Amino acid sequence: MFVPLDALSENQQPVVRVDQMTVVRRRVVLRNISFAVPMGSVTGLLGPSGSGKTTLIRTIVGLQARASGTVEVLGLPAGSASLRREVGYVSQAPSVYPDVTVRENLRYFASVLGLRGEPRAQAVRRVLSDVDLTALAGTVVGRLSGGERSRVSLAVAFLGTPRLLVLDEPTVGLDPVLRRDLWALFGRQARHGTTVLVSSHVMDEADRCDRLLLLREGRLLAAGDRGELLARTGTVRAEDAFLRLVEAPHSLEAG
Amino acid sequence: MTVPAGREARTVFATARRVLGQLAHDLGTVALILALPCVLLILLRWVFHGVPGSFARAGPQLFGVFPLIVMYLVASVATLRERVNGTLDRLLCLPMRRLDLLLGYVVAFGVLAVAQAGIATGLAVGVLGMRVAGPVWLLLLAAALDALLGLALGLLTSAFARTEFQAVQYLPAVILPQFLLCGLFVPPEAMDGTLRLLADTMPMTYAVQATSRIATEPGITSALLADLAAVTAFLLACLILGAFTLRRRTP
Ligand SMILES: Nc1ncnc2c1ncn2[C@@H]1O[C@H](COP(=O)(O)OP(=O)(O)OP(=O)(O)O)[C@@H](O)[C@H]1O
Ligand SMILES: [Mg+2]
Repeated sequence: MFVPLDALSENQQPVVRVDQMTVVRRRVVLRNISFAVPMGSVTGLLGPSGSGKTTLIRTIVGLQARASGTVEVLGLPAGSASLRREVGYVSQAPSVYPDVTVRENLRYFASVLGLRGEPRAQAVRRVLSDVDLTALAGTVVGRLSGGERSRVSLAVAFLGTPRLLVLDEPTVGLDPVLRRDLWALFGRQARHGTTVLVSSHVMDEADRCDRLLLLREGRLLAAGDRGELLARTGTVRAEDAFLRLVEAPHSLEAG
Repeated sequence: MTVPAGREARTVFATARRVLGQLAHDLGTVALILALPCVLLILLRWVFHGVPGSFARAGPQLFGVFPLIVMYLVASVATLRERVNGTLDRLLCLPMRRLDLLLGYVVAFGVLAVAQAGIATGLAVGVLGMRVAGPVWLLLLAAALDALLGLALGLLTSAFARTEFQAVQYLPAVILPQFLLCGLFVPPEAMDGTLRLLADTMPMTYAVQATSRIATEPGITSALLADLAAVTAFLLACLILGAFTLRRRTP
């Protein structure tokens, strides 16, 4: 069922392909962005607050108006109807119903994904344990803490079997143990062929990613393999690489 | 794999179930929907206490107004909440048609509309002594259709609202002109040409005409059927338009 990573050829079609994309939200928020995300990787989208991470993610899932240039997901224009099954999206602010329980939320979204009966019950149990919320399944979401609420929102994205998961700052404010577990979960998803794109403004999290997109003030500083990026900038941590790229961008331009 | 049509129907019912689940956790709103038309009817009966014949005329007319307004309010807030919660964006990224989302609301609130109509009809006919020349079940049907029309109007206008404040501002803009022209104050026949034309484009006019006809005309007349058909047509048009105006891409 899953395509093993080593079976993929080098010139395989990327899962996300963005080319010369510019987004205007009152002012230009993303300027001339180009990159590709290969299949089966964990790609970190890193940048400080306000750099345009959420805007870029909204463009990839097809929610952002006024985006020019090319944005393709699995070879189709972003937001195409046939991509709705293939792309799982978790917004930065938790997007679940605060006035019903965790389980009722998950059951509903599972039904929208076309699951029912035992497979739906199984999917709900599985994602509850993935985000460590089994004990709170019967609690009304509005009575959960912020972090718990965002885990409910995250759990919804794991209900289906998407080929691309797009997660906007999913690990903010979480317990370090759970954070580590979630990153392990993202890694497992990627090994099973699901491509994972995760944004974060915490540079430490970059070290858990295979690939990086570094964003600053609406411009892409770098895009590519993490190891290569560190080697090119002569650094060992993503944070230092980021600083290098900001301070001496031209001397480091890739060939 | 299952047939697509069955899948979509299941999405509609799953949504209806979720909306009813939300209402079950919010009994205040349920009480408001069920009791408010009754309270207003009692108030109306009281206002007309010393004026013979007035309640007989205005009672059935307002029967076409109260369920509509109550449901309009609830619906415009409900969809706005989907937007503010971020669940609207999420649903639009899932394999769900926009119309199916609205139909889910219609099914859930339809259940409530029938309950509301039943209680209000029972109160008006049984306790307040409102005379109904036609069959009582028809009044019930008209009131339920009316409530659903309010729901559809609310769903449609809330697609344009960005904030709760805007949604509330739409109430006087959308409902009050209809309220003035629906025939409650001056019957449409007595209005001048332009005004009459304007009244004829407004759904509440047909809702009010239908309930007055049921109250005054025995049996089911073709004029009544035409009014009920007009209410249904407005209801469907608002839903389809509502689905189109629910924008996926936002700035
Ligand atoms: N709805 C909006 N309308 C207009 N401009 C917006 C809107 N939302 C965000 N912006 C602007 O777009 C820019 C990028 O915002 P974005 O939310 O993409 O940043 P971000 O990198 O996700 O930040 P954070 O880490 O704080 O979430 C910001 O300068 C912000 O002011
Ligand atoms: Mg953001």
